[in-house]
Amino acid sequence: MSAVCLGVPGRIVALTGAPDLRMGTVDFDGVRRPVCLAYTPEAEVGDYVIVHVGFAISQVDEVEAARTLEVLRAIPDALAGELGPEFAQ
Amino acid sequence: MKYLDEYRDPVLARRLLSELRATATRPWAIMEVCGGQTHTLVRQGIDELLPAGIRMIHGPGCPVCVTPLATIDAAVAIAARPDVIFTSYGDMLRVPGTAGDLLGVKARGGDVRVVYTPLDAVRIAREHPDRQVVFFAVGFETTAPANAMAVLHAAATGLRNFSVLVSHVLVPPAITAILDAPDNQVQAFLAAGHVCAVMGWTEYEPIARCYGVPVVVTGFEPLDLLEGIVMAVRQLEAGRAAVENQYARAVRRDGNTAAQQAVRRVFRVSERTWRGIGPIPASGLALTAEFAAFDAEARFPAGGTPAVEHPDCIAGRILRGIAVPTDCPAYGTRCTPLSPLGAPMVSTEGTCAAFHHAGRRKPPVEAR
Amino acid sequence: MTTIDPEQLTCPLPGAETERVLLGHGSGGRLMADLLTTVITGELGERGPLEDAALVGADLVVSTDGFVVTPRFFPGGDIGSLAVYGTVNDLAMRGARPVALTLAYVLEEGLPLAELREITASVAAAARECGVRVVTGDTKVVGRGAADGCYLTTTGIGRRLPSATPTAAGGVPGDVVLLSGPIGAHGTAILSVREGLGFEADIRSDSRPLHRLVAAMVEAGGHEVHALRDPTRGGLASALNELAEASDVTVEIDEPGLPVPAAVASACELLGLDPLHVANEGCLVAFVAPAAADAVLAAMHADPAGREARAIGTVGPPGGPARVVARTLVGSTRVVDMLIGEQLPRIC
Repeated sequence: MSAVCLGVPGRIVALTGAPDLRMGTVDFDGVRRPVCLAYTPEAEVGDYVIVHVGFAISQVDEVEAARTLEVLRAIPDALAGELGPEFAQ
Repeated sequence: MKYLDEYRDPVLARRLLSELRATATRPWAIMEVCGGQTHTLVRQGIDELLPAGIRMIHGPGCPVCVTPLATIDAAVAIAARPDVIFTSYGDMLRVPGTAGDLLGVKARGGDVRVVYTPLDAVRIAREHPDRQVVFFAVGFETTAPANAMAVLHAAATGLRNFSVLVSHVLVPPAITAILDAPDNQVQAFLAAGHVCAVMGWTEYEPIARCYGVPVVVTGFEPLDLLEGIVMAVRQLEAGRAAVENQYARAVRRDGNTAAQQAVRRVFRVSERTWRGIGPIPASGLALTAEFAAFDAEARFPAGGTPAVEHPDCIAGRILRGIAVPTDCPAYGTRCTPLSPLGAPMVSTEGTCAAFHHAGRRKPPVEAR
Repeated sequence: MTTIDPEQLTCPLPGAETERVLLGHGSGGRLMADLLTTVITGELGERGPLEDAALVGADLVVSTDGFVVTPRFFPGGDIGSLAVYGTVNDLAMRGARPVALTLAYVLEEGLPLAELREITASVAAAARECGVRVVTGDTKVVGRGAADGCYLTTTGIGRRLPSATPTAAGGVPGDVVLLSGPIGAHGTAILSVREGLGFEADIRSDSRPLHRLVAAMVEAGGHEVHALRDPTRGGLASALNELAEASDVTVEIDEPGLPVPAAVASACELLGLDPLHVANEGCLVAFVAPAAADAVLAAMHADPAGREARAIGTVGPPGGPARVVARTLVGSTRVVDMLIGEQLPRIC
C-alpha cells in the first residue's frame, strides 16, 4: 500500500457537461469524484485517466500498460531462493 | 485498483531484484527525483533490498521541502489577515516559517482551509464574495496545469476576490544544478513520471547528452521503481546515456500539450529560490502580465522582517543527495516530524520524514 | 549555469506551536499522546498505562468519552449510536459487560429540535441493542457559535467478565496479534461527506458494539487474552503503538495481509493518506497467547463483528524496542509510526 503521490488512475464513468469547463465523474475502484477533463479532450466514458489534484493529466495507454506487464512477467525466475531481508546489505 | 495493483506483485518484485543483481557489476549511485518515489522506496523498504553498491540518492522533488522560507512567511502573514480565507493543499500546513506555520495561524483564529483541488478554492471564492480567497499555488510541473486552470477559470468568471500565492518550481534546472555541483555523486536519474506526463521528456535529452547521465522516466509503484532502476543500471553498465521511458502507460514523448498551453498562458519562467539549495535561474514559474491581477503577493504586500535561516539543519545537502538524514546531528532528536527543524522533515515525501517514519536510526552501509 | 554553494544551504528554526491547542492534538496520534503526558496526566499526578477504561475495585469498570463528530449523520451511523457503541467498546476492551450509561448533552442555541429528537432516538435504539440503559444525564445549552450543534459526553459502567484480565500492558513475547475485521471504514465514510474533500464512496462506517465479540473471545481464551484495544482515532498504527509501548514489546505485523476495503484503499490513494492511520469504530486488535489463538479466532469468526477476523502478526522476542514493525509487500521491513498530528491530505 504505497501512498503513491500525485497521480491515481481511475475510470471515467460520466461526462458532466459543465458549459465552461470539461468535467466528468471518475471512479477509483469504488470511490467517485468530479474531475476536470479539460486537459484530456479525447478521453471518453470508459477510458482510464491519471488524476492529480482533481485534474486528469494523462490518459492511460492500455496497450502500453499491457506491454509493460508482459515485459515484467517475461523476466525469468532466476533463483528459486527467496529474496528476503537477509539480502539487504 | 486497476493500473496500480498489477505493479505491486511481490513475485515480480523479487524477479526484478534478481535481474538487478545479475546486471550490476559495479557500484552505482542513482537519484530518484520525485518525493513520491522516495516515499515508495522507503515505505516498502525497497532501498534496503537493493544489491550491495546500488545506492539510491533521494532528490529534491518535494514541493513542500523546496518552497522558500520567505514564501512560507508570506503565506502565514496573509492567512492571519481577518479578511482572508486561505486555501491550500494539506501538505503545506505544517511547513515551518520564521514564526510558526499555517496550522498555528488556524489555531489562532485564521481561516485556513484544506482543499483537494484548486477548483474548490475558486468555488469558495464564489461562495464568499465578501472575503478575499487566496490559494497557495505550489508544486512542480505536475500541479501547474491545475493551478493555471484555477486562475483561468477565476478570470473567465470575473472573480475579483480570488488570488494565488505562487511557488512553482521546475525539475530540469534542479537536475542541472545538482550535476553542476563540484561534489555531485549522481550517475543516473529516475525522472518523475507525473512531471513527464505533463511535460514529456524532450527537455531531458540535452541533459542526458551533455552530462552523459542516463535518465529513466519512471512511475511510482514498487515494480515501476525496480524496473526503472534496472533500466538505469543497464545503461550505466553499457556506458550509454539516453532518456528512456519506463512509465509508457502514462507518459508520451511530447507530454500533454493542452496542459502545457494553459501553463504557458498563465505562467512565465522565472528565477526561483529553492529552500535548502538557493536561487536557481529559470527554475520556477510566476504569473504572466495578463494575470498579474491574481498575484496574492502584490495584493497583500509583505511588510515583515526578512526570513532568518537556522544553521543547524543540513537540508540543502540532503536535498542534493550529498548527505543522508542520519548524517544530521539534529535528526531524530531536536528535529522530528512533530517539531521539524527543516522542511524535509515536514512532508511525508520529505527524505528526513520518510526516514523517520520508517524508523531509520543508523546510517546505511556505505556503497562498496 | 548555476553551481550550488553548500555554505548557502540552511534551514529555518520553526516557531513551534507550544502555546495553544491544535486540532492535531485531538487526532489520536503522537501529538495527542504528548499532550496527555506533558499536560493532562502530569497535572493530575497520575501514572501508569493509558487504558480505555479503569478498573475500580474487584470487577467494576468505568469509562468516559466525549463525541464531537462532524457531520452528525454519516454513512453507516450518527453521533447518537456512535456515543453508545464507543462507550460500550471502551468497557469491552477491559473485558467488561456494559451495565449502565450516563449521557450529557451540550447543545448549541438554534439546533433544530427534530435533529435532537433523531439523535436521542438513535441513542435509545443503540442502548437497547447493547442491552444497556441510560440511567442519568445532563443537558446544557450554549450560545450560537459557542459549540458546533451538539456534543455528547458519556460515562460507561460495566462489570468485568469472570476470567477476563485484558490490559494495554498485557502483551508478552510470542503473543499472536488478532484483528477482528477490515480497517479504515469509519474514517473513510466521514471523509467522504466532509466539505471540501467530498467524494462518493461505496463505504459505510463500521460503527458497532464489540462487547459480545469480546465475551466470546474471553470465553474461548480467558486469561490468555492479554490485551485488547479498539483502534479509533489514529487508526490501527496508533493503537498497536500504544499497546507496544504499554507492554514494552515489539509488535511485528504483515502489511500485505491487512484487510483494507477497496474504497478505503482508493480514498487513501486519492488523498495521500495511510489506511493504517484512518479511524475505525467497530474493530479491535487483541494480543492472545499462542496456545489459545486458534480457539479465540474461531470464537471471533462465530460472531458477526468478527466474521473477517484474522491473525495479522505476532509479538516479537524479548529485548526488542517498544515499537511496531511491518513486513512490506516486497519482503523488506519498516517501522510503523503513530499518526503524528492531524491527518492532512497530500498532493505529493
